[in-house]
Amino acid sequence: MNVAEMLEGRRVCVCAGSGGVGKTTTSAAIALGMAARGAKVAVVTIDPANRLANALGLEQLENEPRRVAPERLTAGPIEVRGELWAMMLDPKRTFDELIERIAPSRERAEEIKANRVYRELSTAVSGSQELTAIAKLYELDQNNEFDVLVLDTPPSRNALEFLDAPGRINSFLEGKALKAFMKPTGVGFRALGRGALPLLGGLRRITGIDLITDLTVFFGLLGDMTNDFSQRAAQVEQLLHADTTAFVLVTSATRESVDEAIWFGERLAADGLPFAGVIVNRVHHDLLGDREPRELSAALGRALTPSLAGRVADNFRDYHVLAARDDQNLSRLVAQLDARRLLLVPQLDDDVHDIEGLARIHRYLFASQAERERLIEDLVA
Amino acid sequence: MFVTGKGGVGKSTVAIALGLLAARQGLRTIVAELASQDRVQGVFDTEREQFREMELEPGLFTISIDPEQAMEEYLRVKAGPLGQALGSSRLFQAFAMATPGMRELLSIGKVWELAQLDRRTRGAAPYDLVIVDAPATGHGVGLLRTPKTFADIARVGPIAHQGRTIANTIANSEFTGVIAVSTPEEMPVNETLTLADELARDELRLDLVIVNALYPARFEESEIAELTVALTRTRSALARSALRAALSEHARAATQREQRARLRECADGRLVDLPYVFAEHLGLAELERLAEALEAAL
Repeated sequence: MNVAEMLEGRRVCVCAGSGGVGKTTTSAAIALGMAARGAKVAVVTIDPANRLANALGLEQLENEPRRVAPERLTAGPIEVRGELWAMMLDPKRTFDELIERIAPSRERAEEIKANRVYRELSTAVSGSQELTAIAKLYELDQNNEFDVLVLDTPPSRNALEFLDAPGRINSFLEGKALKAFMKPTGVGFRALGRGALPLLGGLRRITGIDLITDLTVFFGLLGDMTNDFSQRAAQVEQLLHADTTAFVLVTSATRESVDEAIWFGERLAADGLPFAGVIVNRVHHDLLGDREPRELSAALGRALTPSLAGRVADNFRDYHVLAARDDQNLSRLVAQLDARRLLLVPQLDDDVHDIEGLARIHRYLFASQAERERLIEDLVA
Repeated sequence: MFVTGKGGVGKSTVAIALGLLAARQGLRTIVAELASQDRVQGVFDTEREQFREMELEPGLFTISIDPEQAMEEYLRVKAGPLGQALGSSRLFQAFAMATPGMRELLSIGKVWELAQLDRRTRGAAPYDLVIVDAPATGHGVGLLRTPKTFADIARVGPIAHQGRTIANTIANSEFTGVIAVSTPEEMPVNETLTLADELARDELRLDLVIVNALYPARFEESEIAELTVALTRTRSALARSALRAALSEHARAATQREQRARLRECADGRLVDLPYVFAEHLGLAELERLAEALEAAL
């Protein structure tokens, strides 16, 4: 199994995982690989490292994909037959564009954008990145200009946030709960029964009356647009569930991120979302095998001064603690998720910050089984 | 004390190590985790009940703060039976949780309550120190900013009042501190630098930067040539693996030190290193080692 096989027949690849596992780099390497195989690919990322952003030519914030200049790619070690496009998501701008698109008039859009509740909503870190990332993905999919879209999900501690946050904001925008509260004849009143009036009084006392007024104004402005939000949310759900979409989990081999990958995998299955595979970054492969550590001291002793030999041996021992840790966590991952869909990328010497670095990761992601075994052997021997 | 940092930098580990250190110095300490992250449980092997203050060790407590439960408690205490009725109304819950920022406000409200000498929670004793295992950097700043935002939006009324009280507590540097945890890698360092700027904009400051998981500098630059030569000469495959691992770690350790130098910019001398822990699992023994390293540095 390699990434090309994982993504066979898919148009959308969502890279999900917890923070700090190399998601952005992996997304870019996947996009590069698919472009190398002849596809026109766009990678949507949210917060790339400066140097990687520069390598992809992402200096300009346009909120639209921009083609990575072919000469940047030809300088790298792989031949790119297709096209690689990249964009950096601007959540606030994407949200504004969404409002502009569905507002009945320009004036209304301006009023909404100036509303305090909206400003708070569209700039709140929590949720707005997730919602707008999916909105952008949907828009690009609708425009149908690309063969493959790769989405690097927003950096959050919890990978599940990507699935949960948009729903939270959407249900707020649809305003069901609120409307029920604010209309004296609404469901809220009926559900609360006779105690409704004092309860509403209590609500006002507790929250402060101006908050309710602000929200009322906001929902007054949204008017029928709330229906459009519901409709769009349903369409986005459809896209995420489509069999042309692939969720790829990105993780490292530490216990916490493996736990999270397992939860995420279970959640995908429970929600009926298309799971395509897992990519594990920064794996410490076992370099020792069934050889004796004593053999090492002898060999190092012949080649180095005793002090240096000792430190090389210490380093090797420490490395192996991590190799054992990774191995243990990976077996847990394999037991829980389909093992054939697991790709390992070894711990590299440095952060990836250029096309050459991406190409290095790309080798592990797109290699055939035989090539991959050779790559690992090279590492070990 | 708010502990924040990019996802994956070991923020929770550092928060618990700080808690251990404080408790052993005689401070009644609680480590509060937000949004059910449940990292403490993995270390102390305790079955944790949500939203209950639990003693892990003498003087060291933990709580996992869930916004829904924070709301129920707040309403019960502030508005009596009426509040209780509201809090148990699912419709009201849905409304409150959907309001942008409300989850953050409720969570930080509970943190504030934990830090009061006169506790609202019935029968609860005060703490000397509350360590907040805060959400990842971006969300973390949002969290600190929420009370003020709410105070501004609501203007008058109890939420505005409460928001303002909490915001003042956060702004008081005698009372509240912010610690950034970063690994010495490009992205976490970028986030820490951004965090320092954002805090400055809100007239807050970073009290301490903890550089986590720093590789040891095992080799001198001058020894690298020797290792490289040995790599080409040795006939032992095992020795070659070990030499390659050494060169690889040296490269990473060197990059780490470049990134650490960038952190100095924003730390203004308040920078503490924690070593990379080579262990299969971060258990109590490893956390104690980190607590000792913190004690030595602080």
